[in-house]
Amino acid sequence: MNSAETYTSIIPLLAVLVSLIAVPLILLSSKFKNLRESWTILAALIKFGLVLSLLPGALAGKAAQCSVLEIFPGIDLSLRADPFGVFFALIASGLWIFTSFYSIGYVRGAPEKKQTRYFASFAVCLSATIGIAFSANLISFIIFYEILTIATYPLVIHKETKKAIDAGRKYLIYTLTAGLFLIAAAAWTYQITGTLDFKAGGLFGSAVLDPRDAVMLFLLFLGGVGVKAGIMPLHSWLPSAMAAPTPVSALLHAVAVVKSGVFAVIRVVGFVFGPTMMAKFGLDTILMTLAGITIIVASLIALRQDNLKKRLAYSTVGHLSYIVLGAALLTAEGFTGGMLHIAFHATMKITLFFVAGAIYINLHRENISQLNGIGRVMPWTMGAFTIGAIGLAGIPPINGFVSKWYLGLGAVQADNLIPLGILVLSGLLNAAYFFPIVYIAFFKKGEGLEGKGEAPLLMVVPIVITATLSLLFGIYPDLFFKFYQLAVNISAAILGGG
Amino acid sequence: MLKSTLDFILGHYAYWFTFILLVIGLYGMMMKKNLVQKLIGMTIFQVSVIIFYIAGASKWGGTVPVIEESLLHAAHVQLPDPAHYINPLPHTLMLTAIVVGVATTGVAFALVISIYKRYKTLNEDALLKKMREDKNDDLTD
Amino acid sequence: MMTLLIDNSPVLIPLIFLATALLIPVVAAKRKTLAWPLAFWATIAVVAVSIFNVRRVICDGPVHYRLGNWAPPIGIEYVLDHLSAFVILVINSVALLVLLHAKKVVARELPHKRVPYYAAVILMLCGFNGIVITGDLFNLYVFLEISALSLYGLIAAGEKQSPVAAFRYLIMGTIAASFYLLGVGFLYMETGSLNMADVKAILPTVIDQPAILVALVLMVLGMGIKMALFPMHGWLPDAYTYAPTTSSAIIAPTGTKVGAYVMLRVMFFVFGVNFVSKTLPLTQIISWLSAIAIIYGSVLAIAQKEMKRMLAYSSVAQIGYIGLGIGLANPMALIGALFHVLNHAFMKACLFLVAGNFRYKLGHSNVSRLTDAVRKKMPWTMAAFTVAALSMVGLPPLSGFFSKLFLILGAYENSAWYFIVIIFISSLLNAVYFFRILEKVYMRPRIPVPGQEEETDVKRDEVSASMLLPTLILAAGLIIFGILNAFIVKGIINFMIPAGM
Repeated sequence: MNSAETYTSIIPLLAVLVSLIAVPLILLSSKFKNLRESWTILAALIKFGLVLSLLPGALAGKAAQCSVLEIFPGIDLSLRADPFGVFFALIASGLWIFTSFYSIGYVRGAPEKKQTRYFASFAVCLSATIGIAFSANLISFIIFYEILTIATYPLVIHKETKKAIDAGRKYLIYTLTAGLFLIAAAAWTYQITGTLDFKAGGLFGSAVLDPRDAVMLFLLFLGGVGVKAGIMPLHSWLPSAMAAPTPVSALLHAVAVVKSGVFAVIRVVGFVFGPTMMAKFGLDTILMTLAGITIIVASLIALRQDNLKKRLAYSTVGHLSYIVLGAALLTAEGFTGGMLHIAFHATMKITLFFVAGAIYINLHRENISQLNGIGRVMPWTMGAFTIGAIGLAGIPPINGFVSKWYLGLGAVQADNLIPLGILVLSGLLNAAYFFPIVYIAFFKKGEGLEGKGEAPLLMVVPIVITATLSLLFGIYPDLFFKFYQLAVNISAAILGGG
Repeated sequence: MLKSTLDFILGHYAYWFTFILLVIGLYGMMMKKNLVQKLIGMTIFQVSVIIFYIAGASKWGGTVPVIEESLLHAAHVQLPDPAHYINPLPHTLMLTAIVVGVATTGVAFALVISIYKRYKTLNEDALLKKMREDKNDDLTD
Repeated sequence: MMTLLIDNSPVLIPLIFLATALLIPVVAAKRKTLAWPLAFWATIAVVAVSIFNVRRVICDGPVHYRLGNWAPPIGIEYVLDHLSAFVILVINSVALLVLLHAKKVVARELPHKRVPYYAAVILMLCGFNGIVITGDLFNLYVFLEISALSLYGLIAAGEKQSPVAAFRYLIMGTIAASFYLLGVGFLYMETGSLNMADVKAILPTVIDQPAILVALVLMVLGMGIKMALFPMHGWLPDAYTYAPTTSSAIIAPTGTKVGAYVMLRVMFFVFGVNFVSKTLPLTQIISWLSAIAIIYGSVLAIAQKEMKRMLAYSSVAQIGYIGLGIGLANPMALIGALFHVLNHAFMKACLFLVAGNFRYKLGHSNVSRLTDAVRKKMPWTMAAFTVAALSMVGLPPLSGFFSKLFLILGAYENSAWYFIVIIFISSLLNAVYFFRILEKVYMRPRIPVPGQEEETDVKRDEVSASMLLPTLILAAGLIIFGILNAFIVKGIINFMIPAGM
């Protein structure tokens, strides 16, 4: 059985439902802006509180389980807050709070149309993300995964420009196809094993697989989860989806959607196939190769982007593959590093996206070549940007260093120096595409900046907080939520269970 | 070999007849352009099915499967051998089928009249052309 | 009295409909407004009986009812097992909802033909229910023709082109019924019986006769036409497009399903699973034809501008799903097919009602002319459309997802991965033609469309409750069936798997 001890609790279900309940309230109060936004904030806070209450159990290695109903003959729609799920849910729900505040500032500052639809879709997305985190089996997982796909669609097309609509179509084609792959993979797994419950160390147990089938099945899974995880060549929806409003890009494309993708990759590697099977059929090599290529190519493409959000998007594609790479190493330190990077990349990247949004709202500038000298008018904002950039390049004392350190250790532990080389190279590339922005923002003389000041307070405060968090986690990774402790426990469970 | 084949063909002549009728009917329904001619084909088609049932039930020297009480006791009457009774069930089935066929033909004629009133033609090609013309919005991209 | 009703509950279903169909022209001859209430209340009564029958079958097992107390195989037997009780309930509940919707639509579209129209609807339902419940092969033919004759009338009552569509359907329908009858004839000559159970018992002794093979092929061919299985679907698109709104909404969910039901019944419950899938490659042929239908129907649906026509082609594709489930001939796939009978009935009814609502309020249901004004005018109709569309695409937790999942599992069981690919392609094609509409309705592109005046101030103009309610109930049904699929499958569909599968 699972290494995690299970106890029955309704909290996982409540955590999923909170934001769903908020949806009708948001829709009903569409006429009263402040009331509408307070629902969002309230739901975000309650959700975070609920997830937080699961943390002690998760740290003790226990999992809260809640079976809702039998959704498919023999399979329950079941939520199970195991340590890994809690880990991811914490990040997603925690950052939702900041994004909510920031969104309010953004949509009112823009001002965007159809704000009610915006906040409602946002809430559904968060429910789906928490559902993904807590899914106890593949069917539940697929259900939430598809809900996330559909709920994100209105956000991607929110601006309703031709570009946004095209991006929406592209997004749908990619994600719906991916969903189908995932369904096929799940059905096949069910056919082989008769179970779809996630299990640390793999659910195949003693089932015998033909090597060719194993590779096919793995590729199907990868096709399913790889799109959201932005693994090349399945990544191209992500930069297009930057047509969405910036808070959407921030939360969904740096936190919820893409992180659901990499979360799913780790679920597949650690909880469906398991390290033993991964190694036995050479699946880790496939995954590692793809991740390695993605990291390098994405960083190179990022170098050439002038649009700030596009550059961030490609940077995201690269960093997601850090996490995938960590999982592919199949070592304790590798898993730990990958998981830590889920959390830490989230705080850093959300800061950067927030900054991009603040610049857009404040100065209506989107291109890097227009950013000369803005550091002097928006010192707080650009200061936060600098922290994020340093972290993503993997330089201490920002948290990006910590996760990268463990990834490096994992590579050493796996006796494989190629990933290590990739990490070093990519760190340099990250520095190459981020530091020029910092440089021109602070040290070049800008034009047309007279009379401009900082962005609205509702936007600056979240930016500063997320940047500070990045710094604090860099100095002390176990702060507040014991991310490090959790990650270590989970890696041990995955490797021990197999 | 040849003889047995010949026997098979001759022995089943009623079925070959119905088969030919069936093909003629199908040909009429599919190939004829005029709607009334199609209907004639349809009727032939239905009749072939009816004949098929009747032919299947009939036998040489068969007789009506009726036992008359008064005849049972009359000594001079030779009662037919029960083996010679003709199975009445297919006949009754076909009575129903005939009724159905008549109803179908009736509905079909109603449709034909209605079509003629609207389009003033019963030729399928002309009909399709006119239908295409008065579509107020085209249905395909 | 009560026990009399309970004992005769199987026969009540066609009987109530038959009586009502005769009653409507008599009673409503003077007061035309009486036609609708009669039809509606009769259907309510039948739905109540159907629910009771389902309960009865689940609790007590299959019921064999002797019509006129004549013992089978001489007399006609009505068989109420899980399969027939389930299909009957599906047909009648969808029909009830469509009838509720029909009141206003028919009053507007066919004000002078109300009385014969409702009589024909009820007569058609009588035929459908009879087909499903009877255990006698020839009786089935009679009910088939009863339903078909009323169908022709229901279709011909529509737009200008509708009699031509109805005539074509009549030709095809007659061929289908005659093929079936011919098949029954061959079967009768070999077995000497018309009772399904009896024929099944006798068949093994004569199974190697070529006539049995001919009978099977003819019957399956006939039912293939009736259920519009590719390439025998030619009659369907025109018939659904030109028929009155209510006709297409009631025929599309029920008519083809009945064809599929007969095919399933004849193949698996008369000839036996082994004979049709092991001895003959018949089921394989059916599954391949269905696969082509799925792709063909989806592609052509994309090409359509008129919503009803689009839905008609999508029906061709959806029938393919059911055919595929039958053709794969394993329990999982069959569960998928049967569950899809329920789903597709609800999805298609819902979508056709939405098309009807468009026509009622906008005067057209042309996809290319829909704008975001439609959403503002009819938000609830659009909500129902969205749910049904997502279910068609097969997104969880809507019911369409689960029928696909069952089918995929069934395909794995036969190691037929190519069918999984086909299901996927069609899901994506479905997404194309439904999101095309959703995009139009939920978004206002900033680029102005030439020849289209900007409607800035659109008032809400939703259809009345009697039309909205059935649409919403059908949509809600899709969510409920999706979430509760395990209960439906375990409670009733599992018992429908024929012996030997």
